[in-house]
Amino acid sequence: MEKFITHTGTAAPLRRSNVDTDQIIPAEYLKRITRHGFEDGLFGAWRKDSDFVLNQPAYQGVSILIAGPDFGTGSSREHAVWALQDFGFKVVLSSRFADIFRGNSGKGGLLTGLVDQADIELLWAAVEANPALEVTVDLDKREVRAGALTATFEVDDYVRWRLMEGLDDIGITMKHGDVIAEFEAKRPAFMPTTA
Amino acid sequence: MAKTLAEKVWEAHVVRRAEGEPDLLYIDLHLVHEVTSPQAFDGLRATGRAVRRPELTLATEDHNVPTTDILKPIADPISKAQVDALRANCAEFGVPIYSLGNVEQGIVHVVGPQLGLTQPGMTVVCGDSHTSTHGAFGALAFGIGTSEVEHVLATQTLPLKPFKTMAINVDGDLPVGVTAKDVTLAVIAKIGTGGGQGYVLEYKGSAIRALSMEGRMTVCNMSIEAGARAGMIAPDETTFEYLKGRDRAPAGAMWDEAVAYWSTLPSDTDAKYDAEVFIDASTLSPFVTWGTNPGQGLPLTANVPSPADAVDETDRVAIENALEYMGLTAGMPLRDIKVDTVFVGSCTNGRIEDLRAVAEVLKGRKVAPGMRMLVVPGSVRVKHQAEAEGLDVIVKDSGAEWREAGCSMCLAMNPDKLAPGERSASTSNRNFEGRQGPGGRTHLVSPAVAAATAIKGHLAAPADL
Repeated sequence: MEKFITHTGTAAPLRRSNVDTDQIIPAEYLKRITRHGFEDGLFGAWRKDSDFVLNQPAYQGVSILIAGPDFGTGSSREHAVWALQDFGFKVVLSSRFADIFRGNSGKGGLLTGLVDQADIELLWAAVEANPALEVTVDLDKREVRAGALTATFEVDDYVRWRLMEGLDDIGITMKHGDVIAEFEAKRPAFMPTTA
Repeated sequence: MAKTLAEKVWEAHVVRRAEGEPDLLYIDLHLVHEVTSPQAFDGLRATGRAVRRPELTLATEDHNVPTTDILKPIADPISKAQVDALRANCAEFGVPIYSLGNVEQGIVHVVGPQLGLTQPGMTVVCGDSHTSTHGAFGALAFGIGTSEVEHVLATQTLPLKPFKTMAINVDGDLPVGVTAKDVTLAVIAKIGTGGGQGYVLEYKGSAIRALSMEGRMTVCNMSIEAGARAGMIAPDETTFEYLKGRDRAPAGAMWDEAVAYWSTLPSDTDAKYDAEVFIDASTLSPFVTWGTNPGQGLPLTANVPSPADAVDETDRVAIENALEYMGLTAGMPLRDIKVDTVFVGSCTNGRIEDLRAVAEVLKGRKVAPGMRMLVVPGSVRVKHQAEAEGLDVIVKDSGAEWREAGCSMCLAMNPDKLAPGERSASTSNRNFEGRQGPGGRTHLVSPAVAAATAIKGHLAAPADL
């Protein structure tokens, strides 16, 4: 996984609350068995509307999504994270994320920064006034900087460390194989098996 | 220190705990299906890793399987590719699988419990958010993403941060005609789609105790729709009775040992929850959703809300968007909403008791002219049992279709879907925009309300017949 320290890019305002993962990537795209190429399905239904923010010429090439509260609710599909990343997003900012989506993002290397709704409103106003505004997301300092505006964001300490080191979760766990084996030896015999 | 059910199960599964790191939790049962697993198996191949415990892993085909002509090759090439990939991956990595045509095939969250694989005190995961279903047994069960699927396949563990706990107390007697589905829709409407975020919900109280295991599964199933990772119900005699004699349940001396352990799991009486919610069961009535998230629900007797009723600007926009998408007028009675499709099935309401509730209403009646009604059993076993009880005949005599097992129109990944503008009453769990087909409109309801709606042609309860 690539290390994430800071990222600078342009940002798109998504003024909607409760954006569920069915909206982020509709179920029809889940039939694929590959890990890449989901960018065409991102916000599939909304992208058919030429007014949708990501269809507007001013917001082409964005890499930061500034979303309304409760982003990523609903289905656990990790394709939602892949679709955002395949489209070019490195960061999603919101005042509230659904748990599973946030967990999936951390594992996949997509930064989800928790920002106060008041700051989200300011960021929305700033990138709407100037879509070309450079926005910097500084994971080291947990800061978003956009022009004169500086907002802080929350991110889990452990996720932050992993993202900054670019570490793979499974590799970290496999170092503890002996501890897992010890635990397994003590599991009650009445527990079921599938074989 | 006094502990809740969720805390007891968590503590019993900590493999490794270190300051500043998530706990490493052991996973007792990992359920796998065709949609969220191919990329995980690919990851294992790419890194040369094996499946650590294939015998604690079980795969079934459910999300995009057809519900007609199941023994012919799957017509949709993409669905076929996913199912083929699952079969090949299971063969390569030694994972047991129940494929189409196998008597144990069905929706993953129906299959686990009916085999007796889901037991109190276990940790159960699956790459599907409705894994919360298994919490009905007092298991800590939650949905995971594909990276986590790969993690569990490789290590049989997951690094996790502890959840907070929320008690949902539902006390009193449910009025006649009010079901587990109505309880869960009322809970979600009360706490909101984000109300459970970061929490494990524990459903308690006399109304929950009075539910059957299948009713409890319906309630726990939809915990995710309130934003919670998991929902749990403490194991009791109802739980033990359900499990006893099932294929994978312990037997003989092992059974006694297991019951003794399971009996220690209920939350201590002085255990503290991070949050508590109280609901008076006697005030509940059949509940339906009118909007585009499961929290947008009201009693069937109510009217469609107006943006003017919104508590804030975000809510106002949400109501406005929902009414527009759903093609509804503020203030109209919910009962006046005409429906052209009824779907009975899914991991929420695709079990035998659900099918019995539907058949009881349909018996001797016909569905409304032009109504399309699909009845899709949650598993092959459920289908066989329903057929043994003659439920299929009642369903077919009413003019409804009797299908093979699978997820079907709950998420419309197979050919069962709504056309743009079509409107369903559905016993499933999500009424998101396009969930049952692009442009389709969904009202979530209980099986009894679904059946009554099919007969009347508009949202209705059995009492309306």
